[in-house]
Amino acid sequence: MADPLIQIEGLYKIFGDDPLSVVPLVKEGKSKDDILAETGHAVGLKDINLSIHRGKIYVIMGLSGSGKSTLIRHFNRLIDPTQGRIMVDGVDVMTLSQDELEQFRRHKMSMVFQRFGLMPHHTVLENVAYGLTIQKVEKTAREKKATEWLETVGLGGYEKQYPSQLSGGQQQRVGLARALCTDAEILLMDEAFSALDPLIRSEMQDQLIELQEKLHKTIIFITHDLDEALRLGDRIAILKDGELVQEGAPEEILLSPKTDYVEAFVKDVNRARALTVETVMKPAACRITETTIGKALEQMKTFSGDYGYHISDDGYQGIILQETLETAVKEDANTEICEKQYEDVSSISPESVIEEVIPETLDTEYPLPVVNEEGDLQGQLSRASLAQVLGGPHSI
Amino acid sequence: MSDASWLTKFPQMDRSDLLSIKKTLDGGFREFSRSYGDYIESFFDPLLYFLVWLEKLLLQSPWWLVIIVVTAIVFSATRSWKLCLSVVFAFLVIGYFGMWDNTMRTLSIITVCTLLSIALGIPIGILMARSDRMQSFVTPILDIMQTMPAFVYLIPVVMLLGIGKVPGVIAVIIYAIPPVIRLTNLGIRLVDKEVLEAATAFGASRSQRLWGVQLPLAMPTIMAGINQTIMMALAMVVIASMIGVKGLGQPVLKSITNQYFTLGLFNGLAIVALAIIFDRVSQAYAKRSQRHMGGNQHG
Repeated sequence: MADPLIQIEGLYKIFGDDPLSVVPLVKEGKSKDDILAETGHAVGLKDINLSIHRGKIYVIMGLSGSGKSTLIRHFNRLIDPTQGRIMVDGVDVMTLSQDELEQFRRHKMSMVFQRFGLMPHHTVLENVAYGLTIQKVEKTAREKKATEWLETVGLGGYEKQYPSQLSGGQQQRVGLARALCTDAEILLMDEAFSALDPLIRSEMQDQLIELQEKLHKTIIFITHDLDEALRLGDRIAILKDGELVQEGAPEEILLSPKTDYVEAFVKDVNRARALTVETVMKPAACRITETTIGKALEQMKTFSGDYGYHISDDGYQGIILQETLETAVKEDANTEICEKQYEDVSSISPESVIEEVIPETLDTEYPLPVVNEEGDLQGQLSRASLAQVLGGPHSI
Repeated sequence: MSDASWLTKFPQMDRSDLLSIKKTLDGGFREFSRSYGDYIESFFDPLLYFLVWLEKLLLQSPWWLVIIVVTAIVFSATRSWKLCLSVVFAFLVIGYFGMWDNTMRTLSIITVCTLLSIALGIPIGILMARSDRMQSFVTPILDIMQTMPAFVYLIPVVMLLGIGKVPGVIAVIIYAIPPVIRLTNLGIRLVDKEVLEAATAFGASRSQRLWGVQLPLAMPTIMAGINQTIMMALAMVVIASMIGVKGLGQPVLKSITNQYFTLGLFNGLAIVALAIIFDRVSQAYAKRSQRHMGGNQHG
C-alpha cells in the first residue's frame, strides 16, 4: 500500500499551565481523573497513532469529551499538540512557520464545522468563496467557482441570500461548498451533520458519498453516531477519554469489537444495514470445474453437500443439485452440463447490504452464490451465516 | 504605651510632610508644564486648526444649507423620512430661539471629539481584546477615567495647555472615550468562536480575521459604544465650557451663576435635542447595517 497521506505519531495533548510536566505522568499510566486531581491539568489526548490513506473517508468516533474535536483540530493546527508528530503529505506540520501554516491551511485542508461557522454578514455566495477571498483570488474568478460549487451541492439560486435566511441543512450545504471550493485535498469534517435532523442528515450523508465517488478527497470525519460512522467510513477509529480504543475497517469494528466499550457501542447497530455481503460470506467450497455431467457428479460426491457451483473459464455459471446430475447421468454421462440443469437461483453481489438479500437468502434452500461484476464466484451466503451475523457480537 | 491617642484619632501624616509632598508634586508639574507646555501645545496645533476650520465652516455656511446637509447625512444613514423631519424641525426651533451659533459650535466640537474617540478608542479596544494582560492593564485606567471628577483632570490639562478649545476637547475625550474602548473589547471577545475558527481554518491571517470577521461581527456592540461615547461627550459640554469651550454649555454656565432659569432650560433642551438626534441616527444606522446578523448563530 502507498504511504499514508496523513500520519500522526505519539500525539499527546494536555490542557493546563504547564502541560509538558504532566506528560510523564500520563505515560506512567495514571488515570485522567488522578492527573486532574493532582496537577489540575486535563488530559485531552493520549498517545494517538493514526495513519490515513489518500482518497479514503476516515471516521473518528467518540462520545462528547472523548477528545475527537480536539484531535481533528490538530490536523490543521487550530490546536497545537503538547507532544507528538503530525505528518501531512511528507511535511511535518509542527515545523511550519505562521506564514507557511496559513498557506498550508489555504491549499491543503479545508474544514466543515458542526455549527456551520458561516459568516453572517456575507451572502451565501461570498461565504462559499471565502477560502478563495482569503487566497486573494480575483473576484469574478472566485464567484464563478463558488457558483459552480453551490450548484453542485444543490443550492443554485441562493447566491444572494444570507445564511440566516437558510435552514440548517442548507447552511451546512453552504459550509460543504465553502470547504470544497478551495480544492483542498483533505477535508476535515467536525461533526458536520450532527446538528441536523435525522432526515436531512441521511440526505447529507448520501450527498457526501455521491460527491466522494467523483472527487476522491481524503476526508476525516468526526461523529458521535456509529451508524453514520459505519455508513461513511472506509476506516473507523474509536476514541474514549482521549485514547484510541480501536481502529479498523467498519466490519472489523462491528464483528470483532476489542473492548467492552466498543462492544456497548456496537450493540445497538442495525447490522443488516451496516454490513455488506462481502463481510459475512463464506468461501464457496463446492466448486464444480468439470464440464461433463459424469465427471461433475464424481466431483460433487467428494463434497459434503448435495449441491455445487458450476464454474467454467468464463466464471460462474449456475448452481447444480446432485439430484439433477444423477438423473442426467443415466441418459448420457458424457454430455456437457447445459442451461437446463441449473437451478433457478439468482446470485448476489458482494457489495449489497445484507438487508437487501435477506428475503432471497431465506427463500432458497442452498447458500446463495456471491458473484462480483466480472462474473467470478466470490463466496457463498447461507442462512446459517446470516443468522450468526444478525444474532449479535457474542455469536461470532 | 503611654500615648494611646492613635486608637481614637487616626494616625495622620505630619502636616509639614504632607505639605512638602504637595509642594514637590505641584512644583514638579509646574516646572514640567513651563518647559514642555509649548511643545505640547504645538503638538496639538493641527487639532486646533481643524477645530477652528470646522466651527467656521458651520458658522459661516447659511443656516438652510447646514440643515440640508445634516438632513441628507441623516437620510443616507437611516433612510427614515420621519427622523429627517424631526431633525429639520429641531434645528428650526433651535434657530428660532436664537441658539443657532452656539449649537453649531457645540456640533463642531462634538463631531471632533467623537471622531477622535473612535480613532483612538477602537484600536485600544482591539488591543485589549487580543491580550488579557492588556485588558487587565487598561480596565482600571478606564475605571479611573470614568469616575474621577472631571474638574480634577481639568486642572493639569489647563495648566499645560491653558484654556481654550484644545484642552476642552481633551477633557471631553477623557470623559467620553471609555465606552467605545470597553464595548470594542467586549464586541470582539463575543464574536462567535466557530466563525473565527472557520476563518483561521481557511488560512486567514491575523489582519484578515480582524477586518473580515472580528470587526464586522463586533460592529453592533461597537456601535453601541460609539453611541454611548457621543452621549457622554454631549453631557460634558457644560463642564468643558468652564475652560473656555464655546457653545451651548456657556449660556448654561452663565445661567447657573446668574440664576437665569429659562436661559438654562432652553440651552439645556437644545443639548437634549442634539443628543436625541445623534442617538437615533447612530442607532438606526447600526440597525440598518446589521440586518442580516440576527438569529444566525444557532440556526
